[in-house]
Amino acid sequence: MARKAETRMTPLKLFSFTMVGLWLLIAAFPFLWTFWGSFKVQADFLSKADWMNAVRGTNTLEQTGSTFTGQGYYGAWVTEDFWFNFKNTSIVVFFTVVISLTFGTLGGYALARSGFRYAFWILMAALVFRAMPHITLVSGYLLWFFEWNVWGILPTTIIVLVAINQPFTLWMLHSFFKNIPKDMDESAMVDGCTRFQAFRHVIVPVMWPGVITTGLFSFLLAYNDFTVAVMLLSEENETIIPAINSFMGTTQVEGKVMYAVAAVVSATAPLFVLILFFQRQIVSGLTAGAVKG
Amino acid sequence: MKHRTFFWFILPTLSAMILFIALPIVSVFIQSLFVQHEQVLVVSESCGPFGCKESTSVDLEATQKLRDEAPLGKFNGLGTYTNRSHLAFAEIGEAWANTETMGEFWRELGDLPFYNALTFTLAYTFIVTPMVLILGMAVAVGVNTLPRKLKGAAIFVSLLPFLVTPLVGSLILFWMVDGDGVIGATIQNIFNDPNLSLKASTGLMWFMLMVYGVWHTLPFSFITFYAGLQTVPADTMEAAQIDGASKWQRLVYVVVPHLMPLVTFVTLMLIMDNLRVFEPIVSFSAEAHARSLSWIIFNDLRESGNPLYGSAGATSLITIFLVVILMMPVLVRTWRDFTRKSH
Repeated sequence: MARKAETRMTPLKLFSFTMVGLWLLIAAFPFLWTFWGSFKVQADFLSKADWMNAVRGTNTLEQTGSTFTGQGYYGAWVTEDFWFNFKNTSIVVFFTVVISLTFGTLGGYALARSGFRYAFWILMAALVFRAMPHITLVSGYLLWFFEWNVWGILPTTIIVLVAINQPFTLWMLHSFFKNIPKDMDESAMVDGCTRFQAFRHVIVPVMWPGVITTGLFSFLLAYNDFTVAVMLLSEENETIIPAINSFMGTTQVEGKVMYAVAAVVSATAPLFVLILFFQRQIVSGLTAGAVKG
Repeated sequence: MKHRTFFWFILPTLSAMILFIALPIVSVFIQSLFVQHEQVLVVSESCGPFGCKESTSVDLEATQKLRDEAPLGKFNGLGTYTNRSHLAFAEIGEAWANTETMGEFWRELGDLPFYNALTFTLAYTFIVTPMVLILGMAVAVGVNTLPRKLKGAAIFVSLLPFLVTPLVGSLILFWMVDGDGVIGATIQNIFNDPNLSLKASTGLMWFMLMVYGVWHTLPFSFITFYAGLQTVPADTMEAAQIDGASKWQRLVYVVVPHLMPLVTFVTLMLIMDNLRVFEPIVSFSAEAHARSLSWIIFNDLRESGNPLYGSAGATSLITIFLVVILMMPVLVRTWRDFTRKSH
């Protein structure tokens, strides 16, 4: 029960409420602003004269006859074939997530059940690998991929993303499997199962919460990746993030900035939906490694 | 688990990591020992009625052939590491000898591309990380006092800047703070100075990149600390209250020590992520004012038509070395924990 002392407004409380309010404003405002602005013309969205133009849509009304326009979206999706980049991203993300989870589940389970010293060393190496800037790895691939003629295609990028994803997936699933009691699979093995059968019939049915949480982060890594995709994919195989970047590079022409704005909003939408549905899993995944130590 | 079974379980993930993380490091090292071929020049003499003239031209075919035969380039030993674009020992020595004051020396150092990028990367990491830790803690304490219904909404909103694609997130901010954007234009109006823009000022650019860094990673520290706050033992809090500790004292002497292990974890994660700062520099087109280590590697590889593998390799290896050194304390601690547990 809340006592009087806990509900009273103290200066400390007032300060922390202001902090939170301010943070939420800073966190949300850029998204709301860009979403709203994506339905305007460039003269409104980037208006030097008066920022109220973007709210009212003065120039948008002048140029298109309505205060809202879908020109940016039409330009990005139809004129610039953004849907094609979306298709590439879907392929890359789907295969990256599926393959990394398969590899990571097997490896994470083995690491959680093995007390040998080399298991620890593998985890340590994974921690160091996790810390390496992705671009340093990419500079190691590039020459060989050109030489072997596998540069520019989606499978190469998928394999690279799977590998870059492994350290994180391993750590997460390792700590998750540690929390599943050893007795479960060991009693199955006493009953005559092999290790793999025990894994298949005892562990697999109960591992889904952990796998889904890890999968969400694999998804984010693959979806948000810019470094790998921009270096390893040719123009016809571009995924959405490098595509947005090339919008910026080649189309500083009047009006085309709005294509990039529309593309940015389109690329954020799936993430928004993801957070909407999986907020609990994301939060528990973020803190999984930390709270358990 | 038997060694044999362990081997088969770990095989896929281990081979992926060895092939695409460990071997590339070796490859980066080998590449860094070579430099690209120079273009093959042919000197031809053409004689006309007014005497003979020597002209030099590039033999494209021979150059291409040389590149195809030895794609790595020609052996250069550790030359790339010590040249002007990397560790630049000769230039530093010269600057040390020729400059009078420390400030002058640092300025000379800042002109060398590698040290320039190193300065920005370290400044970014060691300013953004503590800011994020402190502000994240403050927001977590604040959200913890909110009514239950508002907590979920606050976490939802906070997750957006963290999970949004870095390139996209930094573009969103860039459009707002650029000279024509809502914040940028307003600031220009307030100070009545149309030249006050990101593109014109190094200081402003660094500041905005760091603001982006805080905006992007604060949710991570906030959410981790918030989860930690849920596990603060109620008994200890009550005991402290009975002993007459004020709210502030309870925060400093009970809550913060309880969260200390989390602080280590968050710091480690933040340092790892901040050291690879790259996307905001691309989005902000900040390369004239701020370059990070990742960005100069990217730039070497982008060198149109003829990537500078040697130069990129050398910078990459130095970067990896830096990352390992910065992580050393954590690795040593984990190692101690492990040996203590196993004995």
